[in-house]
Amino acid sequence: MSGRVVIVGAGQAGLQVASSLRQDGFAGSITLIGDEPGLPYQRPPLSKAYMKDGDAARLALKPDSFFARADITYRPMTRVSAIDRLAAEVVLDGGERLGFDHLVLATGARTIRPPLDGLDLPGVHELRGLADARRLRDAMAQARRAVVIGGGFIGLEFASVARAAGLEVTVLEAADRLMGRSITGAMSARFLAAHVADGVDVRLGARALAILGTDRVEGVALDSGVVPADLVLVATGVRPNSELAEAAGLAVANGIVVDADLRTEDPRIFAIGDCANFPSGQERIRLESVQAATDHARHVARAIMGAPAAPYAALPWFWSDQGALKLQIAGLSTGADEIIAQSDEDGAVHSVFAFRDDRLIAVETVNRPGVHIAARKLLGAGVAVTPAALIAAGHDLKALLPPA
Amino acid sequence: MPHVTYVAADGTRTTLDAAEGASVMETAVRNDVGGIIGECGGAMMCATCHCYVDDAWTARTGPRKDGEMDLLDCAASPVTDASRLSCQIRMTQDLDGLVVHLPEAQV
Ligand SMILES: Cc1cc2nc3c(=O)[nH]c(=O)nc-3n(C[C@H](O)[C@H](O)[C@H](O)COP(=O)(O)OP(=O)(O)OC[C@H]3O[C@@H](n4cnc5c(N)ncnc54)[C@H](O)[C@@H]3O)c2cc1C
Repeated sequence: MSGRVVIVGAGQAGLQVASSLRQDGFAGSITLIGDEPGLPYQRPPLSKAYMKDGDAARLALKPDSFFARADITYRPMTRVSAIDRLAAEVVLDGGERLGFDHLVLATGARTIRPPLDGLDLPGVHELRGLADARRLRDAMAQARRAVVIGGGFIGLEFASVARAAGLEVTVLEAADRLMGRSITGAMSARFLAAHVADGVDVRLGARALAILGTDRVEGVALDSGVVPADLVLVATGVRPNSELAEAAGLAVANGIVVDADLRTEDPRIFAIGDCANFPSGQERIRLESVQAATDHARHVARAIMGAPAAPYAALPWFWSDQGALKLQIAGLSTGADEIIAQSDEDGAVHSVFAFRDDRLIAVETVNRPGVHIAARKLLGAGVAVTPAALIAAGHDLKALLPPA
Repeated sequence: MPHVTYVAADGTRTTLDAAEGASVMETAVRNDVGGIIGECGGAMMCATCHCYVDDAWTARTGPRKDGEMDLLDCAASPVTDASRLSCQIRMTQDLDGLVVHLPEAQV
């Protein structure tokens, strides 16, 4: 297989397409274009290990030497400003044009900026890229009182690290539970209890009205008063970077719309990772995870190589480290209509099994890697597990696995 | 700096200086040693950094960490008594000279 592949976005997904193509023996040219400086890097540690140790050298996905060895043209600090579908070219900032036979959009997502006064005050942060993480980490070293707006994964991971570093930490969540978009109520409750026990002031149903301060941030206004702060992290979610596709006339709806092959309606153009809205069963979803980024990338590499592709159907999985707790999720619990939860002797939930229409769809576990892996195998193999079968097996997923 | 040697499935040997405290996986990824992927970045979410610790070193690298065996169950190549996830082995002076063998496939 030859031809010219151009990849827009040099994050987890973009880099993986480039490296999978070479691994699969692709002989054409590969150009990987990203607007950030430095080598492509992993984001998950930004709110975890990096926020603690500040060691950026550990984040790179590949060393410099990889690009020469694999004959991949990597162009950092380069922004693609348009796609010219008629000419089959991308246009770079500055006007340079690059022709493509296959184009992969891996543009990721950016932090939502909620419509709040004071968002631009010094001391107000977001956390998406390494540059954000550097600034936030430096600020944390000087700060005493942090307010996190948004009780999702990133906000809570930061809250744990900041609390462990000795800051007073308040988390404001507008909904009635933590991480509500992604996990079951039983697991939200487990994490709420853990953060409270660590001394984090978690406020549910708390909507930030404005960020206050004159020269720099001084607090966050709520209905119920003002929470003082010398550091604010805005972590209310992300929005897919789909403008490039939209301007090129491609369909966009909560991400760049692709089919089961991860192609847009233009068969030369794929979209993957955080920016892609793809079919999953009867629904369409957009995921923000390393799993989706890398599994999408491998699928698209095979499609470019002309391999007859089964529809993309990889099982989603995810993790989050918060204090001493490692949450691992296999499958998606959205639409669950029955939950079976298991607890330690002290009443803390450690495993949640989510069912929909009598069939296991997701398993959430805390500090139980073995159960997580068994769940991935079971759900990945498409084994139908009913609530009754789970109970009959004594909650032991391994016992439900088909013999190897 | 402690040294670590990676022996690829085809017998190629690569010896590297490891930063004290860096994992065997990180050291390989940082230096572009093929044969170790480390897709999840050491979060114990995948089994793409599988290695076989050389017989002479198994006593010093110690037992597997909690959950490691479960992940190794998902490894793409055969698992033996010497199998480890290289993200779970941290380089120290004590491990200076460590030799690990790499499997045929990681995915
Ligand atoms: C703090 C944090 C913690 C996370 N923790 C976890 C976790 O624990 N587990 C997990 O599974 N996932 C986690 N994630 C999510 C995971 O990192 C993302 O899902 C993943 O990075 C998505 O990869 P991507 O390549 O689609 O997008 P990205 O990694 O965002 O890469 C997209 C790149 O494209 C660039 N770009 C955009 N437009 C253009 C353009 N026009 N021209 C050139 N370049 C462009 C962007 O600047 C960016 O560099 C975390 C994310 C963050 C921010």
